[in-house]
Amino acid sequence: MARTSPFTLFRWMLIALLAAAFIFPFYWTLVTALKGKAELLTWPPIWWPAEARWWNFVDAWNSQPFATFFKNSVIVTVLCTVGQLLSSSLVAFGFARFVFRGRDFLFMLLLAAMMVPWDVTMIPRYMEFNWLGWINTLKPLIVPAWFGSPAFIFLLRQFILSIPKELDEAAKMDGANMLQIYWKIHLPLMLPALILVGTFQFLYAWNDYIGPLIYLNDESTYTLTLGLAQFKGLHATNLTSLAAMAVMLCIPPLCLFFLAQRYIMDSSLSSGIKG
Amino acid sequence: MNKRVAGHAISRRSTPLHGLATPYLFILPWVVGFLAFTFGPLLFSLYTSFYDWPLIGEPKFIGLTNYYNMLFDDSEFRRSFWITLKFTALYVPTNMIVALLLALLLNRPMFASGFFRAVFYLPSIISGVALVTIWSWMFSHEYGVLNYMLSIIGIEPVNWLGSPKWALYSIVIVGLWAVGQPMLIFLAGLKSIQKDLYEAASLSGVGRIGQFFLITLPMLTPVLLFNLVNTIITSFQQLTEAMLLTKGGPAKATYLFAIYIYDTAFKHHDMGYASALSWFSFLLILLLTGVIFKTSSLWVFYEAEMKQEKA
Repeated sequence: MARTSPFTLFRWMLIALLAAAFIFPFYWTLVTALKGKAELLTWPPIWWPAEARWWNFVDAWNSQPFATFFKNSVIVTVLCTVGQLLSSSLVAFGFARFVFRGRDFLFMLLLAAMMVPWDVTMIPRYMEFNWLGWINTLKPLIVPAWFGSPAFIFLLRQFILSIPKELDEAAKMDGANMLQIYWKIHLPLMLPALILVGTFQFLYAWNDYIGPLIYLNDESTYTLTLGLAQFKGLHATNLTSLAAMAVMLCIPPLCLFFLAQRYIMDSSLSSGIKG
Repeated sequence: MNKRVAGHAISRRSTPLHGLATPYLFILPWVVGFLAFTFGPLLFSLYTSFYDWPLIGEPKFIGLTNYYNMLFDDSEFRRSFWITLKFTALYVPTNMIVALLLALLLNRPMFASGFFRAVFYLPSIISGVALVTIWSWMFSHEYGVLNYMLSIIGIEPVNWLGSPKWALYSIVIVGLWAVGQPMLIFLAGLKSIQKDLYEAASLSGVGRIGQFFLITLPMLTPVLLFNLVNTIITSFQQLTEAMLLTKGGPAKATYLFAIYIYDTAFKHHDMGYASALSWFSFLLILLLTGVIFKTSSLWVFYEAEMKQEKA
């Protein structure tokens, strides 16, 4: 294995080539965002602009109420993530650390709920939120995340099951109740799994397009994805601004990915999660 | 119910939070959420599907008419369903092959392997909207960088998004770029295969290709099953990319079933008919998943079974 055979070298070059192909669309979007109008339509394409126009980003940002969209996206994403972490961990703890009547049935129901495709509940959910008067507010995007998500509950439950019960017993001897055991002992121990759940929930909320599309009609409530999609529909020719906004939309997920990479790539943690 | 729960907790003050109701309090959020956002809506959409249900105005019970119209009297339904099947037939195998190929390549210790793994995973963490924005410019017929690269190797420019022939393939290509999740799951599966199996095989004179078909592939079948079911479900519900990249066009060549459901509900405000359509898609996914699981015993290999047989 230590000696580099021609086969190994060939494989490495193949991977490097594929990686270049995978990274290229990101590169191309950044280059497009930095180009001048004339440079966009040259043939053959220019690989790096004569002058990198970083102010294109500022122009793009100011061309639409992107500050408002950004604020809405941040509100939705932060509240969804906090709600999901609290509710899913609480429910997971309930399933992992109690024996109660109907537990196995309810847990089976939880697993079955993972199989329900979103488009079959999309319409009644809309009618439900319409009836509650929540259309055109951010509530339909936030509130459901405060009731736990089957995939995340399942993942956290598996994690809690791997923690020895003696720990709980010892805390009980010291007079702690179950809520304190959950909050003071298990929540800190769950941290790696919570980081994973938080990351996936963050990505889901930040990237979601269909939800905002269905529930939001008023521009002042738009999230970034919806704002960018609308911008794309109206100003399809304004390529530099479109590319600049696409880059900005990608920045938070990419930053988060590099911070949490260790946990996402840990297959023992993430292999049960849907993308 | 709530009062009784609260009363119970108080009446047993000596052991706070150890009452019979305690476990239910912990799982209560999910139970409420399940009823309000999954099970309730599921039943309600079944109910709605038997009605002529406009968004504004009185719903009218019409029995199975929605389903009858859908199956026997709706060419749009048939077309979008056919396109979805075609899309699935393209999307699922290509995704599986690319994901497996990348996982196989990554499954050896080498220089910068962590970096490569991250690079292949990156596209699947960004928003569908960003994905589409990025690709629609690369797909451009006249100025697109993709056609430029093809022209270098002497291939005529392709009208990716503008021709009914190529538009569906374009969506498949975008999907291939975001193959990170199944790749990661394949990789986890590969890592769990015991190394001594390969040693035994090479001692018996089985080559690399033979090892792949005799060891790697059979050992990966449980993971393959998981990825297969997930990818089929994703492809049946594909909406964002198709809607933004091609708007279902040109000439409705990419008008997938999910777009049809969306349009029926939120453009034509025909909630009853849209519910019937969504139930059709739900039942179809259930059926398909059921068939895959039933037949999986024929091709999925579980190590545990082997050990049982030995013992």
